[in-house]
Amino acid sequence: MSTHEVVEVEEWAKPLPQIDNVNAEYWQAAREGRLLVQQCPACGHRQWYPRALCTECGAEPDWLETAGRGTVHTFTVIRQQGTPAFKAELPYAVVMVDLEEGPRVFGAMPGVDVARVAIGLPVEVYFVAAADDTGVPYWRPID
Amino acid sequence: MDRTPVIVGIGLSDHPKAPHLNGVQHHVLAARRAIADAGIEKASIDGYVNAGGGGGMMVDDAVTMAEYLGIDHRYVDGTMTGGSSFEFHVQHLAAAIRDGLCDTALVTYGSDQLTRMGRSLGTGGMHRGQQRVAGPSGYEAPYGNSLVGSYAMHAQRHMHEFGTTSEQLAEIAVGVREFASLNPNAIYRDPITVDDVLSSRMIADPLHLLDCCAITDGGGAFIMTTADRAKDLPQAPVYVLGAAGGQTHWNISQQSDFTSSAGARVGPIAFEQAGVTHDDVDLLMFYDSFTITCLILLESLGFVPKGQGGPFVAEGHLKRGGKWPLNTDGGGLSACHPGMRGIFLILEAVRQLRGQGGEAQVPDCEVAIAAGSGGWLSCIGVAILGKEHP
Repeated sequence: MSTHEVVEVEEWAKPLPQIDNVNAEYWQAAREGRLLVQQCPACGHRQWYPRALCTECGAEPDWLETAGRGTVHTFTVIRQQGTPAFKAELPYAVVMVDLEEGPRVFGAMPGVDVARVAIGLPVEVYFVAAADDTGVPYWRPID
Repeated sequence: MDRTPVIVGIGLSDHPKAPHLNGVQHHVLAARRAIADAGIEKASIDGYVNAGGGGGMMVDDAVTMAEYLGIDHRYVDGTMTGGSSFEFHVQHLAAAIRDGLCDTALVTYGSDQLTRMGRSLGTGGMHRGQQRVAGPSGYEAPYGNSLVGSYAMHAQRHMHEFGTTSEQLAEIAVGVREFASLNPNAIYRDPITVDDVLSSRMIADPLHLLDCCAITDGGGAFIMTTADRAKDLPQAPVYVLGAAGGQTHWNISQQSDFTSSAGARVGPIAFEQAGVTHDDVDLLMFYDSFTITCLILLESLGFVPKGQGGPFVAEGHLKRGGKWPLNTDGGGLSACHPGMRGIFLILEAVRQLRGQGGEAQVPDCEVAIAAGSGGWLSCIGVAILGKEHP
């Protein structure tokens, strides 16, 4: 479908997900610039975050590669945060994004002027290469 | 034999700041006071319930605490749904007592949050430093959200959909503070205005510092038994008229409706059990982790139609002397919030229904609702309590 920018960084100081046999493909795809959700082969339900079953019918889901675009469903601007790696980026927006494909995903928009962030804002994904097996999806406005 | 479930004893430990107590000792002090208040023999307790969470790992979980307290129970429940745990406990115990799984049960809570950790609960970072985070919260870990931020996203969406304003949310904090000024154990007692709330610093847009609950130490306990047994006890029993609980999500990333809660589903169950209407309710004890929490509970539990909570609150209906006074002990916003506040909702409701509310007493208080929100408006527990036998 669509491969997006992957930003390489020298150091990563933020918490990361623990990789397991269900989520490994999701985080590896992100490392390669692709945003995945899941789609159920039995009932068609789409979901995020990835699980070992479809939350609607219980079948085993397939992966669906998204276009990596959506709109901000809701957000907040974090202005106080104690963890040093986040504190250095204050203020920044934490967002829920409604994907074009349906599912809603959690993310953040560090480095984006918080005055620009609003409900309904069209956004697209980019990734930061946090580890060899882990890319982290982030969001920025579609200009 | 009348096995209608009743609350016959309540106890608070010491708050808002109690450096002489650790989490377990908060449990213990509250339990001793609840037992004394109920006028029962400790040995008659055959059910024990708690949610843990106040003293670190495996220190105050249900089975460890049952051992420490010396309770050889035949009914135990360690349900942990966050701050609403204790409303779920009332639901479970009401059924257990009706079914004879136990006759007299003790519920306890204790936390030395303020003494042990300081004021970092809401913005200290959910996941500290460089680490790998297992499970669903791993999908949130890289992004630097805060506890306040999760509630702020509800407020942001509510404002977007319904035009709710920061001024309207501030009215909730102002009203609860007025009650706190009457409570000598409240952590914040000086009256505040809407302007004070709006000019306090922004923590996570659109929530200001004074939209957020306090961080305190504290503990609570209550004792439930049968209406039959209560006849021989000193305190007037408070009847559990209805109790229900449910969840829509746990992690904030899975909240499907940022303007509602599971209260919309479980509230009607509790009201139907209780056989009362919203107009019969004299006191609201709502989990006020944040001002928006109360507004969403008010709407989702059906006290006002969805989206109309803001203007309704601004008319003063939740304040002292209003139609539905809110959080007469001063709430989590201004009095006591050691981490999981749900037990204090029940304790204050019982005090009011007994007519022991002191200066904050609601006149002719006959029906009260305790509505807890656990997680991030994730797990909603509702208990409707009354002074008359149903």
